[in-house]
Amino acid sequence: MAEPQTSELNLDDLEVSSGLTGRKHLLSLMVENRPGVLARIALLFSRRGFNIDTLAVGPTEDPDISRITLTVDGAVHPIDQVTKQLHKLVNVIKIRDMEPEATVSREMALFKVSASIENRAEIMEFSQIFRAQIVDVSRRTMTIEVTGTDDKIDAFERMVRPHGLVEMARTGEVAIARSRPES
Amino acid sequence: MRAADALCEALKAEGVEHVFGIPGGASLPLYDALYDADFEHVQVRHEQGGGHAAEGYAKASGRVGVAFATSGPGATNLVTAIADAVMDSVPTVFITGQVRTELIGTDGFQEADVTGITMPVVKHSFLVTDPAQIPEYVHHAFHIASSGRPGPVLIDIPQDLSRAEIEYEPITGKPKLPGYQPTTEGNIKQIRIAAKAMANARRPVIYAGGGVINAGASEELRELARSDDFPVTCTLMGLGAFPAPDEQWLGMLGMHGTRAANYAMDEADLIIAVGARFDDRITGKLSEFAPRAKFIHIDVDPAEISKNVAAHIPIVGSAHDVLPKLTGEYRALQADPARLADWWQQIRDWQEKYPLSYEDSEDSEIKPQFMVEELYRATGGDAIITSDVGQHQMWAAQYYHFPEPRRWINSGGLGTMGFGLPAAIGAKVAMPDQQVVCLAGDGSLIMVCQEMATAAAHDLDVKVMLMNNGHFGMVRQWQELFWDERYKSVEMGPSPDWVKLAEAFGWTAAACDDKHALPEAMRSVLETPGPALLDVRVSQTENCYPMIPAGAAARDMVG
Repeated sequence: MAEPQTSELNLDDLEVSSGLTGRKHLLSLMVENRPGVLARIALLFSRRGFNIDTLAVGPTEDPDISRITLTVDGAVHPIDQVTKQLHKLVNVIKIRDMEPEATVSREMALFKVSASIENRAEIMEFSQIFRAQIVDVSRRTMTIEVTGTDDKIDAFERMVRPHGLVEMARTGEVAIARSRPES
Repeated sequence: MRAADALCEALKAEGVEHVFGIPGGASLPLYDALYDADFEHVQVRHEQGGGHAAEGYAKASGRVGVAFATSGPGATNLVTAIADAVMDSVPTVFITGQVRTELIGTDGFQEADVTGITMPVVKHSFLVTDPAQIPEYVHHAFHIASSGRPGPVLIDIPQDLSRAEIEYEPITGKPKLPGYQPTTEGNIKQIRIAAKAMANARRPVIYAGGGVINAGASEELRELARSDDFPVTCTLMGLGAFPAPDEQWLGMLGMHGTRAANYAMDEADLIIAVGARFDDRITGKLSEFAPRAKFIHIDVDPAEISKNVAAHIPIVGSAHDVLPKLTGEYRALQADPARLADWWQQIRDWQEKYPLSYEDSEDSEIKPQFMVEELYRATGGDAIITSDVGQHQMWAAQYYHFPEPRRWINSGGLGTMGFGLPAAIGAKVAMPDQQVVCLAGDGSLIMVCQEMATAAAHDLDVKVMLMNNGHFGMVRQWQELFWDERYKSVEMGPSPDWVKLAEAFGWTAAACDDKHALPEAMRSVLETPGPALLDVRVSQTENCYPMIPAGAAARDMVG
């Protein structure tokens, strides 16, 4: 039997949440490590008209499970719908929409920059400020490895671009939830 | 045991009694195993027909339909049926042969990447890489196909693996699929809020879809509707979930739905959507759909909720589990039924003012609507009706009143012409004691007419009532109404002679072009033993009304 309750409810008070959050979302997917899983995810995104901004795939502590970290723009796509569609894939075990404050995220990027005698010192100075590593040097170029949040990498890119950015490669962010301080 | 034999054992353990298919090179080991299997293989004449037959089997019976095909073209011929099954959530398992493992990726003879091709249209798929996986995959496939929101699952088996020897141990217990745990029960707090919203609604409508039939929840839907005087409308896929005709029945809604149903949605203050997905054929112009309504949305697939229309009260769960709880909660509130009196007054006004109607001929011409009404009379509303896609399908939905679920089998989501005949074959195999009639369109039937040979070969008692208007009628209607009558490629001409064609396949066949002779002609065909066709020559240029033009709002219905 249903519990007794008041029947008051004003239909006008019912509201819906708008689907768009207006911010970037970092989704961490634990998926079965088998052939075709990435293809299913990629197809789902293209079929539903969702854009993936970055994507990083790699193993986890469990050899049967891979982690896919992807970023999606919540200003353009309803994240709720994206995660619900992803959940329908049988090979997707778990999805976390990572809360920015409770997440450690990092991305790695390699920048090949034109480096003449005149600007070489300046580039090295930036690199130091950004705690970046110079991993390759030639007569005309330097290759710099930067690790950090995507904001930091964007900032580094803005600094080196005026010097002549020859090539850039970025991994896409990977993320892990922060542990609570007491644990 | 040979893996192919283990496959048959696993199918048998799943309760399979019939499979549909065509053999081929890559599926030779499977067919060798079928030679000794305890279930029947219904040989069809084209893999698409086998796929639709499996769908018809599933839709008529609620059991999982199974179809086999060989690699390459055999498998690609199945794709339409797989896409159809995903759109209409039909529990089906498709098993394809694949070229030998060493040939995969080499463009070998009859090689097609069928797992890749079908990835966007399956609920899930398995490409076998180890023959020992085969029995487990079969059980997983049946579990996935039939639970949660049902759908098609594909198992692709390379030829060398199906003939490999494996250790076979029957598998029992629930399949372990960590990424697949459908929610069915429904959150009780949400259900209570929904009940309160219903108790406070003054203009509520229950909008039920195919999910109610899939969940086997037609009784539960009736209980909910009867817990007060709730008006009910169903989608094309939901017809039969609520009995027609009935005092509380508004008719189908959507593009060719009744005015009463569409206007009620337009004016409603609360819409209770159950197992329906707010398809564009229902909503019309989305921004003007049910502008005054709040939405309760009950669906077993969480991704359907707020996909097209944002739900105020989302409830994830199966209609079968959720509806009884909702009915109980609603009854406990003891809402005053009198609050709905004005609403019913309004609905009755619409029903009186805008009944479904057509102008019948004054001579002997057979109007297509008349043909459907006559079929309803001739079968007593008691047959399983399958249909193709187009005008005849919409007229069937309007004028044949489905009293029970699983009596109306058609292709709603994908809109696959040629669905009707093979689906009727599948339905008849599943339900041999029920009368099965395919209400076919002439444009559709020609696409799958080879399956008449299947019905003849297996002596399946299916009847085809061919609504022959000599046109791709729905396309013709759109060219007339929206493309300035610039008719292009919509006329079919006099070919084929359907009676001769049906007879060539071993069917009994007759034609009728006289309204007064139609009842007798129908009765005669329905009473003929074995497969039989009646070629009914109907008006060529009749349009299907009423209609919401594509992209228009419900209140802008025409005709």
